[in-house]
Amino acid sequence: MVTIPVSHGLLLAGILFMLGLVGVMVRRNIIFILLSLEIMFNGAGLAFMVAGSCWGQADGQIMFLFLLAMAAAEVSVGLALVFQLYHRNNTLDADQISTMRG
Amino acid sequence: MLNQKMFWKSSLMRLLTRNEKYEPMNAIFYISAAIAVVSTAMAISRLNAVHALLYLIVSLLSVAQIFFILGAPFAAALEVIIYAGAIMVLFVFVIMMLNLGPSAMETERQWLRPGMWIGPVLLSAVLMAELVFVIANSGSHPAGSHEVGSGAVGIALFGPYALGVELASILLLAGLVGAYHLARQDSGNQSEGEV
Repeated sequence: MVTIPVSHGLLLAGILFMLGLVGVMVRRNIIFILLSLEIMFNGAGLAFMVAGSCWGQADGQIMFLFLLAMAAAEVSVGLALVFQLYHRNNTLDADQISTMRG
Repeated sequence: MLNQKMFWKSSLMRLLTRNEKYEPMNAIFYISAAIAVVSTAMAISRLNAVHALLYLIVSLLSVAQIFFILGAPFAAALEVIIYAGAIMVLFVFVIMMLNLGPSAMETERQWLRPGMWIGPVLLSAVLMAELVFVIANSGSHPAGSHEVGSGAVGIALFGPYALGVELASILLLAGLVGAYHLARQDSGNQSEGEV
């Protein structure tokens, strides 16, 4: 079996999370923001998996399963919101949501 | 002369076998990690949404490879089936339904000027450097020393985590109802009152 230093796995998870964070901050297209959120979820899930693999327990995988369910629910509602926003405002610009005012 | 040759050969062999636990799987981990980082960076910097999605699928597949190496084949299969399969297909469907056309890329090019992204990238790089410093100074335990199969995951999932499973099912139901309600097209004004 392989033995990878747990710090390398956590570093990879941190890099993925940071790339997703940069995507959320930089992009203005809502689809790209949702995509970057998925990248951040993926990085967090990788951290759970590496930690669970370090201890040799199943809890890391279970947390990953819960995260997967949450990501699926989040992305379905989020994409439905994107769809409605595009039909009402005819744009995907995140700044346009400021015109909603409640 | 022959002695010297023997010396170099033996020292080279010692260098190669210095790490007695060296296995090719470790190299596979680093290669897939590099693929994940590069493809994720490409995914967040593309102008075309479909290109970004395809790069993200590559990233998810390499992360699934890493899960498999770490001894979690069940999570690797779920990553491929649910993330790279279901969620990405959802994105592809929405992008197809929006039908953006070539003018969207021009808008993206205007939005993605260097002045827009250089500040967040620099600040995040500083945060990342701090994280690297903290993790590199902590102790290094081995990970992935033995496999945790789907049986152990299932036993733990329906034992101590049964309440979490129920909550996740309620969350998924709420997501289903919410997505159905939000994505429904309003047909005229008369349906406005009943929404």
